[in-house]
Order: sequence, then structure tokens, then C-alpha cells
Amino acid sequence: MSEPLLQVDDLKVEFRVGADVVPAVRGASFTLHRGEVLALVGESGSGKSVSALSLVGLLPDTASVSGSARLDGDELIGMPESRMRHVRGDRIAVVFQDPTNALDPVFTIGFQIGEMLRRHRPSMSKAERQERTLELLRMVELPDPEQRIRSYPHQLSGGQAQRVMIAMALSCDPELLIADEPTTALDVTVQREVLDVMRRLQQRTGTSILLITHDMGVVADMADRVVVLRRGLVEETAEVQALFDAPQAAYTQELLAAVPQLGSPERPVPEASEPVLRVQDLVVEYKVRRGVVRAVDGVSLEIGEGEMLALVGESGSGKSTIGKSILGLAPLTEGSVTIGGLDLATASRRQVREVKRSIGVVFQNPTAALNPRATIGDSIGEPLHVHERMRGAALSSRVGELLERVELPASWAARYPHELSGGQRQRVAIARALALEPTLLIADEPTSALDVSVQATVLELLRELQRDLRFACLFVSHDLAVVDALCDRVAVLHRGRVVELGSRRRVLMAPEHEYTQRLLEAAPLPDPRAQRARRAA
Amino acid sequence: MTGTARAIGSRLLELAIVFVGVTFIIYAMVFSLPGDPIAALGGDRPLPDNVVAQIRAQYHLDDPLWLQYLRYLGNLFTGDLGTTFQGASVAARMEARWPVTITLALTAWAIEVVVGVLLGLVAGLRKGSMLDRTVLVGTILATSIPVFVVGSAAQLIFGLRLGWFPIAGTGDGWPTSYILPAIVIALFGLAATARLTRGSVIDTMQSDFVRTLVAKGLRQRDIVGVHVLRNSVAPVLTFLAIDLGFLLGGTVVIEAIFNLPGIGQMLFEGIRTHEGPTVVGVSTALILIFLVTSVVVDLINSALDPRIRA
Repeated sequence: MSEPLLQVDDLKVEFRVGADVVPAVRGASFTLHRGEVLALVGESGSGKSVSALSLVGLLPDTASVSGSARLDGDELIGMPESRMRHVRGDRIAVVFQDPTNALDPVFTIGFQIGEMLRRHRPSMSKAERQERTLELLRMVELPDPEQRIRSYPHQLSGGQAQRVMIAMALSCDPELLIADEPTTALDVTVQREVLDVMRRLQQRTGTSILLITHDMGVVADMADRVVVLRRGLVEETAEVQALFDAPQAAYTQELLAAVPQLGSPERPVPEASEPVLRVQDLVVEYKVRRGVVRAVDGVSLEIGEGEMLALVGESGSGKSTIGKSILGLAPLTEGSVTIGGLDLATASRRQVREVKRSIGVVFQNPTAALNPRATIGDSIGEPLHVHERMRGAALSSRVGELLERVELPASWAARYPHELSGGQRQRVAIARALALEPTLLIADEPTSALDVSVQATVLELLRELQRDLRFACLFVSHDLAVVDALCDRVAVLHRGRVVELGSRRRVLMAPEHEYTQRLLEAAPLPDPRAQRARRAA
Repeated sequence: MTGTARAIGSRLLELAIVFVGVTFIIYAMVFSLPGDPIAALGGDRPLPDNVVAQIRAQYHLDDPLWLQYLRYLGNLFTGDLGTTFQGASVAARMEARWPVTITLALTAWAIEVVVGVLLGLVAGLRKGSMLDRTVLVGTILATSIPVFVVGSAAQLIFGLRLGWFPIAGTGDGWPTSYILPAIVIALFGLAATARLTRGSVIDTMQSDFVRTLVAKGLRQRDIVGVHVLRNSVAPVLTFLAIDLGFLLGGTVVIEAIFNLPGIGQMLFEGIRTHEGPTVVGVSTALILIFLVTSVVVDLINSALDPRIRA
């Protein structure tokens, strides 16, 4: 076997936080061979990004790095800044998670790629740089490169911006490409395109890739070998197929088991009832500088008691807007929303207030949805205090009940959100949504900000709560596997229209609409063999 | 294209509304001040009634306020800023005084731009350092001491004790006569500029794209000089433009302390002697300057930031 390109030994990273020292990586070792795609996998706090960014000295000043990382024999840890600046971009390039923010908004993409060449290839003439930039944009399959070279980042879609980032990263033919969650911020069909581009480029140029991801589907699709990290330590290193077939470490087994997969078995369906929510021919338009944008274009759906309807779609499909208009937070241009038999458009203000009591909402980001200066007990108790004028011992005992309902100790009522993990915070948000015993729960991407193992427990909780409390639930999500595991019926949204609506198994197992098929195909399967077979097809 | 035209149109309409509104308020307020400037023309001896009536008729003082204002507005478009009660043209009197004020204001403004932006930039890049803290404390000091205190102290120390600069008048020309008063009035805006630049630079340095630039292997000076500066400059520029207008109109105190015959003194005299046409004339000119600078800033900002264009 040839000399590895990257040899990392006993890498340690610590952060100074005030007077404390917090370890982020606690002695990680791994090797990356030439032409290989090595995935660093783990949940938040595992140290996967920190490990990778420490190789090129991209951590903040509060970090101290020790151990060894040799790129083709050159020690990277402790390399003086003046030499490191020649490694960055030239020998090791980085592609980041959020492409629209990773590019400078006030310069054209042509300038930003050319800048890299000017820095590392000073002998190139202006014409040569221009030629190379165009070649790179063609390589990442950006449509219309001659035009696009003069575009600004805000004129590109997320997927196009990420292609530009990849083009820029590859401009000086780096030996190593670090891709830090390169498709996490993208829609699944766009992710598919970007991953395709990366695969083709990797096969053509033979660039070694250090891929950082939390998504087992992306791992199965892209990686040759996998390093599983947890709390700054390497749990397991294996060939990708071996890892999925026979995970050795207990943690890897848990992680793989938590990944939601399509194909959940048949479940009992709730009996038909009078719909709790009925949306008819809903149209929502927003005024923008030039005319109007139709965010929702004639959507009809209903949800019965104890039923869970999934609203799936990509960004801009209008799925969140529908949730908002049910809450009266979006302008209702046409159509009607009826909750518990009451038409929101014609009802009196008092009736609307009354009916809103019966709606609970859970948002995507629990950290933003909870007041950081209020205890979680206060946050959960607030709706009870406001609507039911509950106070004192009655209030605190009800808050305690709700906390226990979401499997948190009642004694935690005095804690603040920052003392809780992300999953625990989302449980608090669910408890608050359930405080007034809603007949309708709107859950807008409730698990998208959570780690996969945490997501599994929160989904389990939601399922139990719904079985017991029999509320109707509108579950907004982009993740088809999650929807499959949880919901009864599925509505697929595309550009403001429902393109397909039916029972879970019908829509996900035998999709009729072309867009649903595309959506299902785009999500990489968390199984390397199946994913390879799909790619071959 | 139609969008751009509409944007420009609505912007011009905004300007017109602001202009008419502000000049009307000033006009109405100045002419409703208590006291009778016509009576004051005669000094101790009361003017004969027929003279008073003639002057009142000549200046249309008996017309309703709105009619007087409309007439004034009409004259403005022919370049006539009005006539003082002594019969001199306001525009002509201002003409003699503009150079002094403009020189003073521009000198002060240049000091703000260069020193303020530089201090803010360095402090922002070295956040938390000794220098950063010195800048922060210094800016608080500079903002909290009144202009006349700083002005008098500067005269005392640099004028009388050290003898570096003249303490009054414009006899020595630019730059000698102007530097001391310019520094004094620049201090306030300089402090604000430095703080604003510092904050903006700190924000920009934390954005994702700066990390990309580091990862590209660029040198610190290219990252700061090319990218960070251009991304941080918008709020600073907006403030600087407003401050230029402020400097042009707000030199009253400093012109008095350093005895400089500029617009500020003229405005002050006008207010003191109830010389309505002068006050309104000077104010109108200053409002025009404000409005024009705000448009220029918008143009510069949209040239610097493609997201504002379109």
C-alpha cells in the first residue's frame, strides 16, 4: 500500500471558554489514502468538523491543537501561518456547509475564483485566469458559465452557489479537498445534483476527499471508508460496506439503527371522523417589489381526529406557508380554512381567538422558539396562565404533569433552556404546545435541527402522544423517511400545489406523480449496496 | 428597467415631500416667532404707520401663511432665496460666507473619514486588545465633553500656550486657521465613525465568507483591504453623509468660538435679530445639501453592494 496522503495521529483540540478548557477532540487518529473519499461521521459535538478544520488552522483563536497531522510528510499542526497560507487553497481546499453565506456577497463569482488563482498561480495572465475559471465552471456543470462568471452570489440558487464553491476549491488542483457538510443546507433534489458533480469530479481528477457529514445516506453514496466519531473520540474505522453490514462499535450500531428508512410496515389507520382541519382551495399571495408571488396555489386538504397528515416538499414549495395561514399568520388571498367547523375568514375576532386555543405549534428550532430568559416551567405554563388563568400550585402541578408527559423530570421546571440539550428543548416546546390540550397540532420540521439518534426518540414521543391524546396533526417535513415512520397520509407539495395526496404507503411505495418519484429517488439510501445499485440503474 | 425607473421616481417623490415638509415647518415657525422685526428696524423711534404698512406689503406679510410660503417656494425655483428686511439678497450674503463654512466642514469631515475609519478598523480587527479599549474609552470621552469646552481648551493650549495655531479668524488661510476648529468639531463625528466602523468590521469578520477567504489562503491584508472593508463600509458611509450635512449646518458654536465668518454665524445672527428670510434661506440651503448627500450615498452604496441594485 502506498504512503497515505494524510496521516493524523492523536489529534487533540481544546477550546478555552472563559476560565474553563473544553475538550472537543480527545486524541483522534485516522489516515486518508490518495484518491480516497474518507467520511468523518458523527452527531453534533462529536468533533468531526473541528478535527477537519484544525488541519488547515481554521479554528478560532480560543482553540489549541496538539498531536500530529502530516500531509504527504509535511506536519500541519503547528505549521507557521506564513507557510500554512500556501497550504490553504493550494494543497488543501475547503467547501463549507452554507454556500450562499460562504461567498462574499459584493464580488462576482468570477472575481472570487480568479482571486484564488491570482494568489496561488501568480504566473497566470488575466486571460489564462479567465479561461481557467470558465473551465472550472463547466467542470461543475454550472449552466451558462460565460454569463454566470459575472453573476453575484445572491443571483445564484443554493445548488449553483455550492457548485461555484466546489469550482473555487478545485481551482488549484488541491491534493486534499475537505467538504464540511457540503449538502446539508440544500434540498434533497439539489443535494443529489451536487453529489453527482462531486462524484464525477472525484473520479476524473482523483482528488482525495475528507467528507464531513451526519447523513448516513450521503456516507453510503460517497465514502470509501468511514471514521465514526463520538465526543471527540474515534469509535470505529471501517470500509463503508463493512460498516453498514457489520458495525463493530455499539455506538455505530445505535447510530445506524436510528436512521429512519423508507418502508415502514403497515400500521392501523385512524377511523374516519369529521375533519378537525379543512383547507379548501387555499391561495396565499405575497406582494413583492415587482408584482405578487403565489406561495400557495389552490391547496385543499383535511385532517381528521387522531390523524397525522404529512406535508412534504422542498424549500419554496409553500409547505410552511400553509402552516402559517392556518395560524392566521399569512394573508389568505382566496379559499377557506375551517377549524373545528369554524371558518376563520368569516368568524368573529373572539371566535378566532377561541379556536386558536385549540391549536398547538412546534417549530423547527427549539432554541429560537423558547425564551432564553424564562425557565422552561414558565414557558410551558404561560399558555395556561394566559388562557385559563391558572396560577400557583395548580399551575405548577400541571406544568409538572406536562413535563413528565414528554418524559422529562417534573423537577426541571426551574431550569433554563441553555441548561438543556437540543432534543430536551424540543420536548419542552412540545409540552408547551400540548398545554391547552389542542385538537390540532402543527409541527413544522420539528426534528430537522436534531441529531438522528435524538430525532428517533422525539418521533417516538410524538407518536405516543398522538395515540393517547388523539389530536389531529399537520406534520411539515422534507424528510420522506421520517414521514414514512410517523404519518398516516402524505401530501406532496411542489411550487405551491399539491401534486399528490394519498395514504402513506400508496404515495411512498407507489408514487404516481413524476415529482414525487424524483423526490424519492433523490434521497440517498443509507445502504451502500442499494445506493450503488440505484446509481448503476 | 421599469422597476428601476419606478424606484428612482418614488425616491424623487420622497425627496420632494421631505423638502416641502421641512421647509414649510421652518418657514411657519420662524415667522410665528414672537417679536416684530419691522418695529425693530426703527430702533428706539417707532416707525410711522405708513412705512410699516409699506414694508409689510412689500414682504407680503399680511397674506395668509400658506400663500407667503407658496410665493417663497415659487421664488426658490428661480434661484431667489429671499430678501432680508434690510433689502439685501439672502443668496448674495450667503455666497460670501459659504467658502469659510465649506472649508471648515470639509476639513473636519476629512479628519473624520481618515482617522475615524482607521481607528475603527484597527480596533475592530484587534477586538479586546489594549488599543481597542483605548479607542472605546477615547470615543466616550470625545462624545461626552461639550464642543465649547473642547473648543476653549484647544484655544488655550494650542493657541495661547503652545502658539501652534491662531486662536481666531481666517487670516492665515487654509490649513493653519482651520485645523484647530476642524479637529474640535470633528471629534464628535470621529468618535461615532470609529465606533460604527469597529462594530461593522467585527460583524463582517464573523461572517462565513471571511472563513472561506482564509481557507483560500489569502493574506490578511487582502482579506481586510479588499473584502472586509467593502462589506463593512455601508453603515459608516450613511453616517458620514448625514454628518457632512450636520457639519455644514452645525458649525454655529465653533464659528462663534473661533470667530470665523461662516454660514453658522449668519444663521445665528439671523435667529437673534428675527431676520426670518435669512433663517429660512440658510435652512433651505442646508436641507438641500442634506437631501443631495443622501442621494449620493444611496448611489455609492448601490455601487458597492450588488444586492441593493436591481
